[in-house]
Amino acid sequence: MLIVTCPVCGASGDETDFHAGSEAHIRRPATHDPTHISDQAQRDYLFMRRNPKGLHFERWRCDRGCGKWFHAARDTVTMEFKAFYGAMELPPVELMERATGEWASFFEDKIKAAKAR
Amino acid sequence: MTSKPYRLGGAAGRLIDRTRRIHFTFDGQSMTGFAGDTLASAVMANGQRIFGRSFKYHRPRGLVGLGSEEMNALVGVGEGSRHEPNLRATQVELYDGLAAVSQNRWPSLQFDVGSLNNVFSRFFPGGFYYKTFMWPRKFWKSVYEPLIRRAAGLGKAPEGRDPDSYEHLHVHCDVLVVGAGVAGLAAAEAAAATGARVLLADENPRLGGLADIAGGAIEGAAQLGWVQAKAAQLAEAENVHVLTRATCVGHWHHNYLMLFERVADHDPGLLRDGAPRHRLWKVRAGQVILATGAIERPLAFANNDRPGIMLATAARGLVERYGVAPGSSGIVFTNNDNAYRTALALKAAGVAVRVVDSRGRGGVLADQARQAGIDIMNNAAIAGVETSLGGLNIRSAKIATYRKGSGRVVNETKLDCDFIAMSGGFNPAVHLWCHNGGKLKFDVALQSFRPDAHRDGIRAVGAANGTLDLAAALAEAYAAGDQAARAARPKLKSAKLKAPKASQEVEAPLEALWFSPATGKYNEGNKHFIDFQNDVTAADLELAQREGYESVEHTKRYTTFGMATDQGKTSNINGLGILAEASGKTIPEIGFTTFRPPYTPFSFGSIAGALTKKLFLPIRRTPVFDWHLANAAVFEPIGQWRRAYTYPRGSEDRHAAIAREILSVRNSVGLLDASTLGKIEIKGPDAAEFLDRMYSNTFSTLKVGRCRYGLMMNELGFLIDDGVTVRLADDHFLMHTTSGGADRIAAWLEEWLQTEWTQYKVFVTPVTEQWAQFAIAGPKAREVLAKLEPSFELSNEAFPHLSMKDGKLGPYPVRVFRISFSGELSYEVAVPANLGRGLWDAIIDAGREFGLTVYGTEALHILRAEKGYIVIGDETDGTVTPADVGLDGLVSKKKADFIGKRSLEQSFLRRPDRKQLVGLLTEDPNDVLPDGAHAVKELKDKPPMPTIGHVTSSYFSPTLQRSIAMALIENGRALVGQTLAFPLEGKVMKAKIVDPVFYDKEGARLNA
Repeated sequence: MLIVTCPVCGASGDETDFHAGSEAHIRRPATHDPTHISDQAQRDYLFMRRNPKGLHFERWRCDRGCGKWFHAARDTVTMEFKAFYGAMELPPVELMERATGEWASFFEDKIKAAKAR
Repeated sequence: MTSKPYRLGGAAGRLIDRTRRIHFTFDGQSMTGFAGDTLASAVMANGQRIFGRSFKYHRPRGLVGLGSEEMNALVGVGEGSRHEPNLRATQVELYDGLAAVSQNRWPSLQFDVGSLNNVFSRFFPGGFYYKTFMWPRKFWKSVYEPLIRRAAGLGKAPEGRDPDSYEHLHVHCDVLVVGAGVAGLAAAEAAAATGARVLLADENPRLGGLADIAGGAIEGAAQLGWVQAKAAQLAEAENVHVLTRATCVGHWHHNYLMLFERVADHDPGLLRDGAPRHRLWKVRAGQVILATGAIERPLAFANNDRPGIMLATAARGLVERYGVAPGSSGIVFTNNDNAYRTALALKAAGVAVRVVDSRGRGGVLADQARQAGIDIMNNAAIAGVETSLGGLNIRSAKIATYRKGSGRVVNETKLDCDFIAMSGGFNPAVHLWCHNGGKLKFDVALQSFRPDAHRDGIRAVGAANGTLDLAAALAEAYAAGDQAARAARPKLKSAKLKAPKASQEVEAPLEALWFSPATGKYNEGNKHFIDFQNDVTAADLELAQREGYESVEHTKRYTTFGMATDQGKTSNINGLGILAEASGKTIPEIGFTTFRPPYTPFSFGSIAGALTKKLFLPIRRTPVFDWHLANAAVFEPIGQWRRAYTYPRGSEDRHAAIAREILSVRNSVGLLDASTLGKIEIKGPDAAEFLDRMYSNTFSTLKVGRCRYGLMMNELGFLIDDGVTVRLADDHFLMHTTSGGADRIAAWLEEWLQTEWTQYKVFVTPVTEQWAQFAIAGPKAREVLAKLEPSFELSNEAFPHLSMKDGKLGPYPVRVFRISFSGELSYEVAVPANLGRGLWDAIIDAGREFGLTVYGTEALHILRAEKGYIVIGDETDGTVTPADVGLDGLVSKKKADFIGKRSLEQSFLRRPDRKQLVGLLTEDPNDVLPDGAHAVKELKDKPPMPTIGHVTSSYFSPTLQRSIAMALIENGRALVGQTLAFPLEGKVMKAKIVDPVFYDKEGARLNA
């Protein structure tokens, strides 16, 4: 059973005290451009999920603590959490750089933007 | 089978106390043993060798092991509600009055009808069930399955409610050491010496593992003395907690482990003193040290499962620990040196013994045995055993010359014996290592797998790590204990303990022996058992290979090898050896199957812990719960709530009570406790815009003091909740949700606020339990309310349908909503929860002259069905859109975005042949369709008949005096007027499709 730490209230506990909320950093198309969403974009938003071997980014909620959603970076092989960060934040740059596969391409421009700042 | 007492004379048996005689029964037969005996040793001492019958062939089976590896001697212990099945007799400690029964035999151990399976076993090859019970299909349920279930299976479940208590403990420690043999004690000492908090757990009643029978010396003396001194030292240490009779049953992510402690199984007197029977320790360990030892391998020779054939360590343990001889004349069959210790122990106890060794020569121990006068046959193997009638007893063993890889046996010598002690080497007990993804590597010297890499903070030491040499194991354990403590708490300093000096007889290497050839072929009476518990033989494994089950995981499932409670403890590597030889691959190429938790079974009681009966689930009660109780309410669970279903009076049955309640709502007035209704306050400058996102319809246009029914979808466009939302102020709304959905919907709103529209200034506050809420419904509702001295006007003009008043009813501060779920004139009155009971009583008083009747949830549901109102979860099942239930009008066409909007536009949700909500009237008004009944496109004599929809709600309506139903039917709205057939078991009901609103279609009563 995983040990999860909430970055908002600092509570640390068994995964059963938290709620796993699937993949992180999914963009909801309808919020941004409600009139121009292709069926394909909607399908991808609803159903297409990454399943990497290694570094993964996911959503968790501090169910029995402060009730806040947050993000976690977890290695799906070692089960180790690499970072916990806010619900509206991107992972630390060094983790974005270590991401592989689809996550690597997803973070590409975000790494550039972060470095430009 | 009591021809001969097997208890050795003199002082033999280190653990037993010959001055304390213990009385117990086995299969109803009275027996005696000594304090310190296990059930296994005591039964053996009484001359009883058969402990049970095997799973598939019902072959008689005896004792094989010494501890938790035992796979044959499974017994049921205790009577009635205290009976516990499938316990390993080797782990059951004897106490006065213990009642044990053997399992899987009928009618008796000595004679078993099922053993005919053995006679016909050539017709029961691997995968037999899959091959045989294929057809005719209908035979499966009525013939095959009951037969198989009766013939197979292990113990029986206890009868009645468990009278004992169980508990859970949650603990954290720096270092958990699993197993307290020499290596475990050493590791625990080293870890504790740094100051770390150490938990040391062992499954046996005493510490020391096999040290007492393992030979060798520590600091110049027998291992046992060192073990006892260390056990005493650790018991005294303040930072060490020692647990005995505590099996580590599993290892999960982030070093989470469970220990199953048998607190009172060995002494029922403790139960009377209030001790729990079992305790489940849920341990979060900084670091884990596995010192779980190694398990001896059986050897695969023909009929190696006969009673009297056991592991060499088991034979040695019986003699040295319990003073029990496994027989009067035996053979030690081995491919390694360790088993010579058993030969020496038997010889010393005065039991006749000789050794059959498959190797050319042994080491120092073999020399000692020869000097002790033990006859040793090298390059030899047991080719088979001869038994007395029915295989109950061994008479002799057939010895043949053994050359690795040779096929048939040519020359055999017959040697008389009545037991065989076998040893095929040792497998590190790596089960816990593997539970959580630990890797293994093959060790050629051991001819077995040992721990390799692991992702968690876990180390294996001693025999569990494949380190069988005593000095090396001690050195490794001291180092690991020290490292683990400092890894768990980096600030700790090493105590730099040195491992004590140790010595052990140097052992000659073992030689792999996976299969001992026999005269004749496998199925001509020769069975080389690999997995005893699941009755899997070498022939079954080879057959699986030939049939193409190349992956070892497929072979496992096809043959059931390594499955069930045993988890391949003794069988796994032997099976891989057979598969390797059959396929011409090496064992590492074959790979190994997954070991799964639990290591040994643990009780359901321990899993439940104290969370039974009243503590099973918290019950939520409304503020007027006591009134329901006092008025004979029948309750039903709605989530954690207990709601009143109906209130039968006198001799009334439920149907009559429900009908009375409904008619009184329709004709005069009824009162419902609706307090469980979900209530969420939504407040802030962006509250209206936020609700527009969450609901399919629009709330920003709602006027203050007005109510609106809203539909909530998920992003897939499917309905998840509904309810009336009230605007209390410009920036303040009160949302009602379904009773079961209150928590879920509050969390749902929060999720969107926190993760998508973070710019909104909105607070979401669940207030369900802050308010008691009652519905006063019926044509007389206004008159009842008027009697309660309202501080506001009640006329239809001043207080129309779908509006609310904030004010007082006499002394009670209330919010009154004119909303209706019954189709009648109806007011829902909300009052702070602590005033709920007072107002409830006041309403009942006020309503008396109008015949006010309290109604329950079933009346509520029928009232709403008469009006065609949907219930989320009845008319919807997570795949239903607003349009499907005819509520497309509540989906905004103007709003740019709301949850689910885009998905509703997808083509498959706009198909005309989707199932649509319709009403149904059965041809016979007394026929009530069952919930879930399917309508067929075309009625035929027998299936298959494609179905076009199903009934979602169905009742007998007391108002209409006929049955009514709602259903989701493909393209249903276009089929109004047609008749559908619903084939049921033994009957067909027919119903006409109608509009789902059955009563007061114009809504005149609602707006009265």
